[in-house]
Amino acid sequence: MLKFNNVSAGYGGAEILRNVSLEVKEGEVVTIVGANGAGKTTSLRSLCGLIPLTSGSIEFQGQQINGLQPHEIVDRGITLVPEGRQLFPFITVRDNLLMGAYKKTARKDAEKRLEEVLELFPRVRERLGQYASQLSGGEQQMVAIGRGLMSQPKLLMFDEPSLGLSPLLVSQVFDIIRSIVQSGTTVLIVEQNIGHTLRLADRGYVLENGEVVVDGTGEQLLDDPHVKRAYLGL
Amino acid sequence: MEIFLQLLINGLMLGGTFAIISIGLTLIFGIVRVVNFAHGEFLMIAMYGVYLMNLQFGLHPYVAMLPMFFLMFALGAVMQRYIIQPLLSASDEIQIFATVGVSTALMNAGLMVFGADVYSVDMSSAVVGTGMTSIGSLTINNGQLMTFIVSILLIGALDWFLKYTFLGRAIRATAQHRDAALLMGVDVKKIYIIAFGLGAGCLGLAGGLMAPQYPVFPTVGTFFVLTAFIIVVLGGLGSLHGAFLGALIIGVVDSLAGYYIAPDLKEVVYFSIFIAILIFRPTGLFGAGRGSE
Repeated sequence: MLKFNNVSAGYGGAEILRNVSLEVKEGEVVTIVGANGAGKTTSLRSLCGLIPLTSGSIEFQGQQINGLQPHEIVDRGITLVPEGRQLFPFITVRDNLLMGAYKKTARKDAEKRLEEVLELFPRVRERLGQYASQLSGGEQQMVAIGRGLMSQPKLLMFDEPSLGLSPLLVSQVFDIIRSIVQSGTTVLIVEQNIGHTLRLADRGYVLENGEVVVDGTGEQLLDDPHVKRAYLGL
Repeated sequence: MEIFLQLLINGLMLGGTFAIISIGLTLIFGIVRVVNFAHGEFLMIAMYGVYLMNLQFGLHPYVAMLPMFFLMFALGAVMQRYIIQPLLSASDEIQIFATVGVSTALMNAGLMVFGADVYSVDMSSAVVGTGMTSIGSLTINNGQLMTFIVSILLIGALDWFLKYTFLGRAIRATAQHRDAALLMGVDVKKIYIIAFGLGAGCLGLAGGLMAPQYPVFPTVGTFFVLTAFIIVVLGGLGSLHGAFLGALIIGVVDSLAGYYIAPDLKEVVYFSIFIAILIFRPTGLFGAGRGSE
């Protein structure tokens, strides 16, 4: 479904991603793990069209998508739930969610979709009329995920969904991601919380200094001596 | 007391005129985050446009303001697309210089085409927009009353548009968080073009509404736009309701200070208010900070 072919990208001459190749198949949960600064977020930003590639290509459903504008990439069915939630602070939770259904193909069913999302997040229903900035961090994360679902994505990506949440909320967020996966959406997760993520993922890639150093199934990576030593502290 | 009430009415009516000019300015600032120093010259163009439509086709200014809305929308959209957009990543000063440059160029273009003469729309045969309405001993200028009413309707319409349409929501979202809007599939450049067009389009309406009371000349814009800047800051940058309230306040201050203090000193009074606002409440009366609209 999604393919990175030898992708390099970076900001202002500094190359952050080097020659990264990876693949996500339809219906899979794939994760990119690695330490801070390894290039995880950069890989998602380049996929979303927010930063240009310096070399290589990105394919989605057999078509090249690097070079497209960010809104064109969203139109193709790729949605990012960004790091740090990035909600619209002074508009209501309801309007934040509806913004998720901005792309033309999602507008028609927006109200119906909103109901489905609210069933998934009952707590959010009570907050619909409030500004997003008035919500707690956990609630904001729910709205951010809900907003991502509103676009009816084919591929939903999460950038550090557990960042800044309490351990209890982290488990809840991963439960929600699991239920999204079960509903048939393909998911790509970028995380520092490696243990949780690898247990959820079908396959994973470990990024270090902008390069893929190890890849394999979630279980293989959990057993990998390098991953154990460097990331799990075992 | 009677004089005070009459002054109050005059002030509120003047505020209506200020409001219709300020709405577009605050809209552009709130969304595109560009201070459009050419706003006054856009108003001049709208006023000349209404004048010409009246002269050539005999259109009443209140009719001419509708096509003028779309013409000004197009002018604003072109300005955003070809002057502001290439400078979006440049520093604020560069953008300011660009709009000041457009302002000077347009003002001189007006001088070149129309000369320095003062023109007024001939309202002698018009049925609406002229004359006075008396309520007891108080009088209201009908043209100003119309401006006042339209400015309220315009704010209502913009409010509805921004709150309840996908495009309107996207405009607010873009103003608050540009990057997140991109991730929602919003074509941010298009949003800026539409927002700038809307802001300029409001001046098309202003041009028609003001025609019965105000003559047009190449520097007519500077006459109003400085006041509009004060109003926009007073109301909270980017706030529509703030701009409306600010316009009424400045209108009333203008009217009262002109009578009770001295006509020459009314600017001193509202600039003092302006400075006080900047010192004590820099976000303005309605502003909750950056991107709150």
